[in-house]
Amino acid sequence: MTARVAVVVFPGTNCEHDVVGALAGLGGDAELVWHGQRSLAGYDAVVLPGGFAHGDYLRPGAIARFSPVMEAVARFAAAGGPVVGICNGFQVLTEAGLLPGALQKNAGLRFVCTTTGIEVCTTRTPLTAHSAVGDVLRLPINHFEGNYTCDGATLARLRAEDRIVFRYTDNPNGSVDDIAGVCNEQGNVVGLMPHPERACDPLLGSTDGAVLLGSLLGVADTRSRAVPA
Amino acid sequence: MEGTTETGEPLHRALGLTDDEAVAIERILGRPPNQLELAMYAVMWSEHCSYKSSRVHLRRLPTTGPEVLVGPGENAGVVDVGDGIAVAIRIESHNHPSAVEPYQGAATGVGGILRDIFTMGARPIALMDPLFFGPLDDARTRWLVEGVVSGISGYGNAVGVPTVGGQLTFAPCYARNPLVNVLCLGVMPVERLVLGRASGEGNLAILLGATTGRDGIGGVSVLASAGFEDTEAGTDKRPSVQVGDPFEEKRLIEACLELLDRGLVVGIQDLGGAGLSCATSETAARAGMGMDVDVRAVPLRQPGMAPFEVMTSESQERMLAIVTPANRHAVEEVCRRWEVRATVVGTVTAPGPSGGRLRVLDGPEGPVLADVPAASLSEDAPLYRRPMAPPSDAAARRAQDPAALPAPDDCGPDVLAMVQDTSWVWRQYDHQLFLNTVVGPGADAAVLRLAAPGLPPSRRGLALSTDANPRWCAVDPRRGTAWTVAESAVNVACAGARPVVLVNCLNFGNPEHPEVMWQLSEAVDGMAEACEALGIPVVGGNVSLYNESNGRDIDPTPVVAVLGVIEELRRRPPVPGLVPGHAVVVLGDTTDALAGSRWAVERHGQRGGELPPFDGPAIARLLRLLVTLVGEDDLLSGVHDVSEGGLGVALAECAVASATGARLRGVVGHGALFSEVPGRVVVCTGRPGSVLDAAAAAGVPAAVLGEAGGERLVVEGLVDLPVADLIAAWRSALPAALDEPLPAGESG
Repeated sequence: MTARVAVVVFPGTNCEHDVVGALAGLGGDAELVWHGQRSLAGYDAVVLPGGFAHGDYLRPGAIARFSPVMEAVARFAAAGGPVVGICNGFQVLTEAGLLPGALQKNAGLRFVCTTTGIEVCTTRTPLTAHSAVGDVLRLPINHFEGNYTCDGATLARLRAEDRIVFRYTDNPNGSVDDIAGVCNEQGNVVGLMPHPERACDPLLGSTDGAVLLGSLLGVADTRSRAVPA
Repeated sequence: MEGTTETGEPLHRALGLTDDEAVAIERILGRPPNQLELAMYAVMWSEHCSYKSSRVHLRRLPTTGPEVLVGPGENAGVVDVGDGIAVAIRIESHNHPSAVEPYQGAATGVGGILRDIFTMGARPIALMDPLFFGPLDDARTRWLVEGVVSGISGYGNAVGVPTVGGQLTFAPCYARNPLVNVLCLGVMPVERLVLGRASGEGNLAILLGATTGRDGIGGVSVLASAGFEDTEAGTDKRPSVQVGDPFEEKRLIEACLELLDRGLVVGIQDLGGAGLSCATSETAARAGMGMDVDVRAVPLRQPGMAPFEVMTSESQERMLAIVTPANRHAVEEVCRRWEVRATVVGTVTAPGPSGGRLRVLDGPEGPVLADVPAASLSEDAPLYRRPMAPPSDAAARRAQDPAALPAPDDCGPDVLAMVQDTSWVWRQYDHQLFLNTVVGPGADAAVLRLAAPGLPPSRRGLALSTDANPRWCAVDPRRGTAWTVAESAVNVACAGARPVVLVNCLNFGNPEHPEVMWQLSEAVDGMAEACEALGIPVVGGNVSLYNESNGRDIDPTPVVAVLGVIEELRRRPPVPGLVPGHAVVVLGDTTDALAGSRWAVERHGQRGGELPPFDGPAIARLLRLLVTLVGEDDLLSGVHDVSEGGLGVALAECAVASATGARLRGVVGHGALFSEVPGRVVVCTGRPGSVLDAAAAAGVPAAVLGEAGGERLVVEGLVDLPVADLIAAWRSALPAALDEPLPAGESG
């Protein structure tokens, strides 16, 4: 595999080593990229991992969107590069305007860490290319602000344009239309609240996340061969 | 010189020092102390910092062993777990702050214990929180539970360290004085171990992290070393609670670990209780050196702070690094990248003929505001042999006989009343971060992979359990504590781990009450007996006294945590559960002793009787057997330690976990069903013959109780319940008491 994956680290990010480790376990080559970096040249995919970027102060993602690396992420996305935001990374992508909608506090107003069922709703994204529509994955969730919301017009567009990527089978946080993940119009930018990197090792109870991250590596690898770094 | 307060009280008393202690300080200095010096002694000689009432007893604990790298007295205990990896472990209390301000009290408890661990050079990888509250039918208790759990969740999740287990106990004695203990475990390559020493004359003391504010002044003396008198639990003491900032702590962890990784510091020490006074005097004293501290250099959060406030503030998220002048700029560069403030506030000085001096200066060459022997703040603290006496009702309570309580016609309702799903608490904690959590909260022990960035590869695993049984310890603190140690060791053995070391947090009442000192002394003796019998050294501890409200002491609550090592973590170890068609076997001595059991205390209000004597050899045999059985592939399909609620609750929890019933016989009566004496384990197996043979070879009694399967849990003559009813009771117990909705998703 020749693909190189950038895993962006903001101050307060905490899932970066988990993502790098899970990708490495699948044969991928992932590197940590500090939030002050202004270029993502040479990378074939970008992951914004979970955590509490800039302490989640003000609002999750509200400060991170101003980190220098986010301009590079936007350029990378505009050029069609695969970008995946996991949990806090999803929140950052919505705050940065790279994905529609917002993530508000969970219904019930409590942090939720558990394992839940996630249905794959489209295979047009780099994360779900190896799945089939209707596949149900068991993935960990771990968030306080995971309650996806958007206005009615946006929801209608997301449905019409096949941009709802994942739905919860047993909605744990009040998300509209059970949404656990969405993508941009082109399908190359994906945000999801569940943590696929936490489900890549049988010792930890589920390997359902490996199919998603494996798909991302496959797409990145194709890209690395097509576009010389 | 020392002055008085507005009410005319001598200043030393207002600061929490006795008249005798004030005289001792004057003798050490050879002159009366000034106000700053008095304030520094007051925090350092507080019960919380000096262990002045408990030190004389703690010396009786066994603290050495071949795997122990650092024993009690440092920031954390450190143990060699093999493969070039060391584990740092510590447990602490944050009881009083949590009673006053539950969110910040619990949050800063997490922050403080994390700093104790990364101070040693270890990356924190797991937290655990044993919690004790009053009954939930009280609105204030529900507020405390809500606040404490939110505080742990809010701080622990954001700082990025998973909370992998704990304990939840409700009893009336904690109603106004909840106990919030917090344990942290960290890992490091053995060679990175660092100690908090300020060696090398001319080296710089660099303060890292947050600014210093007025929060937490007198936390250790005003708050932690006195009980609560008014019924609203000391709301006037709220300003003595610190305020936490997990984002600052996260950056501090990463910056400090990088500094240690690159060998840029000589020594490092966290600022916890007693703040700068403690960190500067302890690092200097440990190295036999002195230190000059420029109080004006300390970055402040608010203007106009007096030197005594700067020196005793317990503002969170601060560390003191001792750095050679040559490395100063490299240290500042690392800190700049992590956005961590780094300020030179002092210099290590050579000792004089009478040892090193801690001097507080007003400006680099400014006037000397305080000048005391550095070691006197910690090492010369008073040592009390407080009077001890058994409680006056001890004999009368021992004479009670729980066996005489009326036997229930049907034990089902008792079982239903005692099952409880604790996931309402731990679903609020990130318990999965770092991809190490093989078995998380809710089982007998948490099981972790032994892995972290920068560690050598290892196939070993760790098992960790925190345990306490205040009901047993109220009946008999010595035997109760010994059995608590056994309980914790059996829990880690149920995960296939060999118990290696223990840390403890001794939560007791007012040490000025002779019966409390007697309880403490007895508990220490019980712990020493069990640890010696089982070969488990004590590598660290914390003592929390003055847990009382309105003059009533809590039940003695020694919390222990046993760390075990799994030689090879090839697969997920068995957890509580039943597999249809498999045999249900109970290992260990049959007992029907009910003293201190939940059945006797909670269901019948009887707090007396006599605990059986501790049987170390029997527990040691059981531990060895469990490690063998769990280590054999596919032999056990379920395993569960018998503890609170006895065999009845253990069987019910197995049934609930796998939504499978069982038909069992041979449990002779309600005593055998509800006895909690440690040393019994329920296993489910497809090969009962192999289990019985192994048990016989190990000298452990074992009996097949019956077979798993079906939709009812039946214990012949005692219990006959639909599993669905058990699941419903188990799931709803805590949410119903808290008036919370049942959670969605998986909780097991």
